[in-house]
Amino acid sequence: MSEPVATNQTILVVGGGISGMTAALEAAECGKQVILVEKSPSVGGRVSQLYKYFPKMCFPTCGLEINLRRLKANRNIRLLTMAEVTRLEGEPGDYTATVRIRPRYVNENCTACGACAEAVEAEFDDEFHFGLKKRKGAYLPFTMAYPQRYVLDPRILGTEDAERAKAACKYGAIDLDMQEQTVELKVGAVVWATGWKPYDAARIQPYGYDRFKNVITSVELERIMDPNGPTGGRLVRPSDGKEAKNIAFIQCAGSRDRNHLKHCSRICCMASLKQATYLREKFGDEGKATIYYIDIRAIDRIEDFYARVKADPNVSFIKSKVASITEDRATGDVILHGVDTEGYHRYSNRHDLCVLAIGMEPSVPADQFPTELVVDENGFIQRDPANGAIFAAGCSEDALDVNRAVQSGTAAALKAIQVVNRVAGTEG
Amino acid sequence: MSDVKIGAYICKGCGLGERLDTAALAKIAEREGKAALAKEHDFLCSEQGVAMIREDIEKEGLNRIVIAACSRRAKTEAFGFDGDGVAVSRANLREGVIWARPDTEEARETTQEMAEDYVRMACAEVRHMTPPKPNPEAQTHRRILVVGGGVSGMTAALEAAKAGYEVTLVEKTGALGGMAARLHRRVPDHAPYADPQETGVEQMIREVEESPKIEVVLNARITRTSGAPGRFSADITTESGQTRTENFGAIVQASGFIPYDASKLPELGYGKTPDVVTQLELEELVRKADGGPIKRPSDGKEVRSVFFVQCAGQRSDKEGHLPYCSGFCCTASIKQAMYFRDQNPDIDTTILYTDLRTPGYLEDFYRSGQRKGVIFTKGVASEVRPADGGGAVVRFKDLILDEEVEAEADLVVLATGMIPNSGVDIEKPERREGQSDEDYQKALEEAKARMGLNPGEESVLNLQYRQGPDLPKLRYGFADSHFICFPYETRRTGIYTAGPVRRPMDIAQAIEDATGAALKAIQALENAGKGRAAHPRVGDLSYPSFRRDGCTQCKRCTVECPFGAIDEDEERYPVFNESRCRRCGTCMGACPVRVISFENYSVDTVGQQIKAVDIPDEFSEKPRILVLACENDAYPALDMAAQNGIHYSPFVRVVPVRCLGSVNTIWVTDALNSGYDGVILMGCQKGENYQCHFVKGSEMAHYRMGKIGDSLEQLQLEVERVQTYEVAITDIERAPRLINEMEQLIEKIGMSPFKF
Repeated sequence: MSEPVATNQTILVVGGGISGMTAALEAAECGKQVILVEKSPSVGGRVSQLYKYFPKMCFPTCGLEINLRRLKANRNIRLLTMAEVTRLEGEPGDYTATVRIRPRYVNENCTACGACAEAVEAEFDDEFHFGLKKRKGAYLPFTMAYPQRYVLDPRILGTEDAERAKAACKYGAIDLDMQEQTVELKVGAVVWATGWKPYDAARIQPYGYDRFKNVITSVELERIMDPNGPTGGRLVRPSDGKEAKNIAFIQCAGSRDRNHLKHCSRICCMASLKQATYLREKFGDEGKATIYYIDIRAIDRIEDFYARVKADPNVSFIKSKVASITEDRATGDVILHGVDTEGYHRYSNRHDLCVLAIGMEPSVPADQFPTELVVDENGFIQRDPANGAIFAAGCSEDALDVNRAVQSGTAAALKAIQVVNRVAGTEG
Repeated sequence: MSDVKIGAYICKGCGLGERLDTAALAKIAEREGKAALAKEHDFLCSEQGVAMIREDIEKEGLNRIVIAACSRRAKTEAFGFDGDGVAVSRANLREGVIWARPDTEEARETTQEMAEDYVRMACAEVRHMTPPKPNPEAQTHRRILVVGGGVSGMTAALEAAKAGYEVTLVEKTGALGGMAARLHRRVPDHAPYADPQETGVEQMIREVEESPKIEVVLNARITRTSGAPGRFSADITTESGQTRTENFGAIVQASGFIPYDASKLPELGYGKTPDVVTQLELEELVRKADGGPIKRPSDGKEVRSVFFVQCAGQRSDKEGHLPYCSGFCCTASIKQAMYFRDQNPDIDTTILYTDLRTPGYLEDFYRSGQRKGVIFTKGVASEVRPADGGGAVVRFKDLILDEEVEAEADLVVLATGMIPNSGVDIEKPERREGQSDEDYQKALEEAKARMGLNPGEESVLNLQYRQGPDLPKLRYGFADSHFICFPYETRRTGIYTAGPVRRPMDIAQAIEDATGAALKAIQALENAGKGRAAHPRVGDLSYPSFRRDGCTQCKRCTVECPFGAIDEDEERYPVFNESRCRRCGTCMGACPVRVISFENYSVDTVGQQIKAVDIPDEFSEKPRILVLACENDAYPALDMAAQNGIHYSPFVRVVPVRCLGSVNTIWVTDALNSGYDGVILMGCQKGENYQCHFVKGSEMAHYRMGKIGDSLEQLQLEVERVQTYEVAITDIERAPRLINEMEQLIEKIGMSPFKF
């Protein structure tokens, strides 16, 4: 990999999810030089793992295609994948970022022909599908992955599989001697867009995510719905592959809870409303969704969508924080226990599958930032002058939906541009 | 076109060499495609391969390049010669041919024919392409016009100024500050999110006034706006009637909101007693109290109990109510309850809500409210009536206790919502001659959904555009983007809305929104100055031109342009405002006399590809199916289908189009006339939740194709031979199936009789 040239007029964007990509593209399309650093082998982030977006029920990959086109066409952006910022020092207009680049073991010669994957035998859990599926030890992270270049799982190094992959490649793209690299970059401003991760569902002990196969998270359900996903898009439950026609959705799973995440994760209500429509999509009148909620937060114009889902007689709402889940061992069904606070009725409701509307927490814990940043109690980066020219975008700043994350990324790009313009002396 | 010199490069990598007779492909490029040279290469995207092409460009003077290798979506860095002033066409032999076909002996012949046609098509396309050059007339004014002096407008002005741009900020009232200036405090945006915080509006006003880059014009309106990004011209008229005209590069419209008129809520007691107030009126009471006890309006008694009714006239399908949630009111009521509790913890404050909406960190603020003793009751108010001796009685259904309850309070606060101030309805239905009552009623209902309670009486921008004086509205009067991934996507290039005119929002969001809008304005004017297109075809240098002597002034292009980019001159010829144009080609598709074209995308670049395909005779059992596929969704879907090993008919020839809206019906009729057996159009979802990134393109294509039946009848062809589908990028299984179904259909109804 050629060492990227960077100056004090360069903007460093950390994170290649939708917020980071947006910040990078918007700045580059203003004519600025941008370096985009992404930890994983390809850009796209969490939205690329979603089946559909609420409330339009459109496909995230459609927007990703546009963003990839923008990225491919723009010569102002240099993309570093499998790269992480390990140190960030300096002041506005003059930062030095140390970036560690992990070896991909596949160089630019790769044509994505797939011969290496065919040759390799070892299989591992597929991260893109949250381990619900296996992938080869040489792999393209997902169909639309960009850069469109394979990756060797480091676990096959030193095995015969590595040699097989090398032998299968006609283009000299497999480089088993590739080493980790560290580069130092001079940049003027930084957009920090490291995004979110799903809260660890196993920690919500009474819901038995780690004990019951048919308790899954909302992000896993998105993978199950994907025609390219682990079930080929069939809405079935993990225990026995039976069609999941009666699904419970538990809101605020890990959110709005002193024992877990204190904040509201904003997207989960809408995500469950969206997922409730999947049942009708797959099973028509036979599909039934029950949403256990505290407040339905369908904010602003999205209220329309809530009204539409509510009008479906097969979607019911129970105002209740579910107390516990048990499993019927004979059938694999899950039974939700609790009290419906509207009228205080006890319930024990049986469902085929339970989906936890899992909360979002910042991907990078505050103590792991490569520099000191002002964060709130929940780990979200504050807008604070003490952060200098490091501007948070997207879910590193607040729990946001896609629309707001893009807005945030766009705003952060301007903040960064202000700094590099000042450096360039174009101001006044 | 004497100066056209084509170089064709056939890649043998990724199995192409094994599966195809590449030497034959090279020969076809030379003989039929009239390429000056044609070369095969084992690994074309390698450094050596690319260097070879570059050397040929330089030494041989090539100006048109055909890359017969992988999809145009792959290896874009290697084959990015566009910047070198040459036109490039990609023949998709990998995803489009060998991956889409089984590797069997019987498939070999038809697979080879597929590849040969794609080489012919690429040569034909590139011959008719001209490398686009930036418009020499491109220019830009770097000053930005911001309309509206509230928090959103001031933020946009300040942020643009900080980036080095000059701004004119026009405010219709006599002071900056907008609605936020009427607030006592605002909801916090900083940890620990426990207490109301200073609004910051005064400081913001000071910063605006002190900024040397911002000029503020008060008591003024925009009475005329014309032009395009980079060269807008606006008339700013002050109350005294003086008008000045100025040029701007881009516009941010932060025209804010109108508070909902609470007098429409007599059932909630508004107007029946002065002790029922709106949230905004409460702010005034608190400001009037000036730190002292807050007094109720009826008799000046100190307020000892307050009842907040959430969603007053909101989230309701009743006539005259707002169907949406205004988003800010839950936290505003918590903040207002704190005004009382912070002053005197003995004051009872109750918030009656159905869903309390405090997203993200605002949950902490909600928790702080609970800690401060604010009572939250889940219920729905049915009536508020004056109480004897002042105050009011609220009757509501307590949803937790499941019973009807009454509560008396000194003061009742209605959380009423916001209505966007977005100007007039430019799509206002006018009764057309011969229109049925039913159709007219339907149009009126659509207008109602579009405008909501927005009175739409006065224009904000007074655009001198063919398609009307204001921005198109999305729903309920909000001038918002329709796209989840692209919130700043505007249907009037170079004009960006910010703040509550776009979507209901609070101050924190408005500040972020306006910052983003300022970036988009800067981007629009910078790109306009370079002759480059705005989103989504960013950087595209081509722009439409038309042949005046062929134009019949039919106005279809000016009416159908999804972005209102085309005006009409005095003689009613179209005026293409390049920097307003988004390069989708909908005008090109609309033109019945085919006089509109782009340098690198025209009726010819596609038409010649269609003609270049070899059509076997009627008895060959080799039909030909033309697919015109949206390059953003259907085309990638087919690529990815092949990538995943899904095979489809070898008789199909796929042409990617910028948007289905750019499809001119001549392509379809020409194809049928020249012996194609079927034509499939694949575009994005249309209708209310449209996914077409050029708004109306897919819809227009469906509409136009709906009328192609006549032409088919004239040709005595079955109407089923032309199909138009909505295809999503995820349709990797369905898109190939649609193609195979066409093949089966042709088998059933027979080959076209038009083979020559």
